[in-house]
Amino acid sequence: CELIYVGDCGSAGRPSMRGSPFQFRLEAIVVEMQDSKSGVKCSEQKLNISTIPHVITGVDVLTWITNKMKTTPEEVQAFGTMLVAYGYIYPLQNHKKLVMCNNTSLYRFQTPYFWPTQNWVAEDSDYAIYLAKRNIRKKGMLEPYEQTHYSHLHDWMNHKWDFIVMQATEQYKAGKERKKPDRVVFDCQERAYWIVNRPPVSNMFYQQAIMRSKVKSSVSLGALAKYVTTYKNHDPFLAPCLPSNPWQTDNDTYWTCNTRRVDVPTKMRVERWSFSLFELLSDLRGRDDFKTFLKKEFSGENLAFWEAAEELKWGTGSSMTSKAETIFKTFLAPGAPRWINIDGRTMGLTVKGLEHPHRYVLEAAQTHVFLLMKKDTFFRYLKSPVYKDIQKKAINPDPHNFSPAQLEQNAQSRSLGIHPIILWQQEEEEKAKAAAASAPVDVKAMMSKIDRNK
Amino acid sequence: FPKQTFSLCCKPFRCRSLPARRKYMRSPLVPEMATQEVQLNETLSHLKTESDTLKTKLEEERAKLHDVELHQVAEKVDGLGQFVMKTRRTLKGHGNKVLCMDWCKDKRRIVSSSQDGKVIVWDAFTTNKEHAVTMPCTWVMACAYAPSGCAVACGGLDNKCSVYPLSLDKNENLAAKKKSVAMHTNYLSACSFTNSDMQILTSSGDGTCALWDVESGQLLQSFHGHAADVLCLDLAPSETGNTFVSGGCDKKANVWDMRSGQCIQSFETHESDINSVRYYPSGDAFASGSDDATCRLYDLRADREVAIYSKESIIFGVSSVDFSLSGRLLFGGYNDYTINVWDVLKGTRVSILFGHENRVSTLRVSPDGTAFCSGSWDHTLRTWA
Repeated sequence: CELIYVGDCGSAGRPSMRGSPFQFRLEAIVVEMQDSKSGVKCSEQKLNISTIPHVITGVDVLTWITNKMKTTPEEVQAFGTMLVAYGYIYPLQNHKKLVMCNNTSLYRFQTPYFWPTQNWVAEDSDYAIYLAKRNIRKKGMLEPYEQTHYSHLHDWMNHKWDFIVMQATEQYKAGKERKKPDRVVFDCQERAYWIVNRPPVSNMFYQQAIMRSKVKSSVSLGALAKYVTTYKNHDPFLAPCLPSNPWQTDNDTYWTCNTRRVDVPTKMRVERWSFSLFELLSDLRGRDDFKTFLKKEFSGENLAFWEAAEELKWGTGSSMTSKAETIFKTFLAPGAPRWINIDGRTMGLTVKGLEHPHRYVLEAAQTHVFLLMKKDTFFRYLKSPVYKDIQKKAINPDPHNFSPAQLEQNAQSRSLGIHPIILWQQEEEEKAKAAAASAPVDVKAMMSKIDRNK
Repeated sequence: FPKQTFSLCCKPFRCRSLPARRKYMRSPLVPEMATQEVQLNETLSHLKTESDTLKTKLEEERAKLHDVELHQVAEKVDGLGQFVMKTRRTLKGHGNKVLCMDWCKDKRRIVSSSQDGKVIVWDAFTTNKEHAVTMPCTWVMACAYAPSGCAVACGGLDNKCSVYPLSLDKNENLAAKKKSVAMHTNYLSACSFTNSDMQILTSSGDGTCALWDVESGQLLQSFHGHAADVLCLDLAPSETGNTFVSGGCDKKANVWDMRSGQCIQSFETHESDINSVRYYPSGDAFASGSDDATCRLYDLRADREVAIYSKESIIFGVSSVDFSLSGRLLFGGYNDYTINVWDVLKGTRVSILFGHENRVSTLRVSPDGTAFCSGSWDHTLRTWA
């Protein structure tokens, strides 16, 4: 990659949170927590043989946050844990578990030098020196994951290993010259900093990989080959497009006869809808045809739900709550006008999830509905008169046969087509019309309207 | 800050604070350190054994399922005929190296970005330039067209990804409505809209990928796991679910779950930086292109690499790859100015295309598969069909 290197390629650790407004507010809170009068209560604690000053307990921290923010216990707990996860507060006892415990567990405020907002990136060379120093102090002191890091760093930083060992020795000697309590405190701070910035890795990835279900190559490779065969005639590089490839003849009929809302689609396009439900739904013209079929069967609610769930998933964050509400009222609430028939467990989980809606809250229900359509409705559609009808009606454009003079002419007069912005505006209008037309009739409102008119 | 609380926070030593006279002294390896090395090696070897055991077990599991090779399956498939692929359009207008391009869903418009900071929207069919934006930075390495066709996103050395809503009015100043969405701590290497205009997925030189809400600029999910710059990404075709694949300077291709931020599969078989990753149209496999001059195919269900597309005569890196509509052909843009076309199933090269006068930096097949477009350091873009 011959680009301009901005920073060292190998030391891409976490992105620092530099400059984000959220953590300046966070810092202000952390400082407030340390106020001698109104902050979190602190005391001296004996840890092993040393006395550590300014120790706080988890329960005191959480109480302080509750009083300050006046919010639910869950939020308070989450906020407390974030302070530990990001390294503003570190645990003195269970130092690898970066959570805030609601009990007498001991914590300490991290020195601002080590705050994540400070401008130095936790570089690999610093980490290497830290590990080497700990190894000098006490042989065999490194944990297994630290040893993995150490050996990895030893490999790729080998060229400057003498320098690293030397720096580690210097720091070790200087550390020995400090008073014992200072040294203990500093060691805690430094260790906490590195736990946040170089979290323990385990062999979990391999364990998960072993457990993941895999299929035989004959099955998966067979499927890849089958896909190619299925789509062979639809690939413009492998089979001619009818009437002609616009790029080759400068004539865009191929595009105009395959537009979104064309009345009569081409035979190739209709054939492609039969390849999978995904193909049918991805082509909006195909989806329209499917909707025609569903309307005849009075079973349009599954597809409507699926579409609404897609809108929620890919929509803006701010619209999620209102969309979730509408979806609940329309599809999931008992007695809802377009109630979808999903199993009790999924329904229960979904309704509960909607209390705190997020992007993927409808995932389980959406998958259930999609599978239902895929395994049943889709095949009935392909056998239905609606589909057979459109198959018959579909056209097969004759291939173009332009003379060189005509090709020349085509090149001079290439069509501009319709601008995508205009198309999108038209689409939005159509969608609004369709939504209004298919909205369930509010019987009460209509009755009261009739009453009023009387 | 309250003095007493921090009285014991001695400033920790950093390398740079040591007295200069000792800073760069090279000390010989002292015997005491040699014994420490031996002990460390002993405990390390135990850990390594565990790691190796797991790796071996994983390989054994994979091998049990490895009952056939791709070329064996391909024997039953017809061979390909001769190809006539020509440059159908040459788009001239960039003043410097073209770094990235993307197609609009209307199958004819494209957006392209270059080293001089210019982002241009073209109707590639007529070759008309419709919009031009000048970014406040050079090396705009990433650009993407929104699914609606109403906006484009781009970024590069500014470490950001910005969205520019497009307009029917060609004289409108697009920069006025620019929206900053993503913020990384190093250069932006790739960006892509998801299924709507409302979310963008980005990858960066800071080693992470991230998913953003366009309207609020909020970070929705971040993806950590690469050990070096992430250079490329591609979203899985929808039915297969909410996943995407990324490739980086650490030679790894990682598959991610967008919902949880977890890396669910990882492949490390390339010998150098992975510059490009692209899903097979069914979503069950993906291809990669690397500086090691090879393209490779990875089968996601069997969890392994299944093909390597290489030739002794090809020694320059691949910058960009994409599949034809059926997945039968793999197009690769190379640093030796050529485009190689591979038969994905049989593993052979079916065509080599000349035309660009400098390295090919970006290559995408059009949404309906009727053409592909290549961008190059020779300042031009070409559509081929």
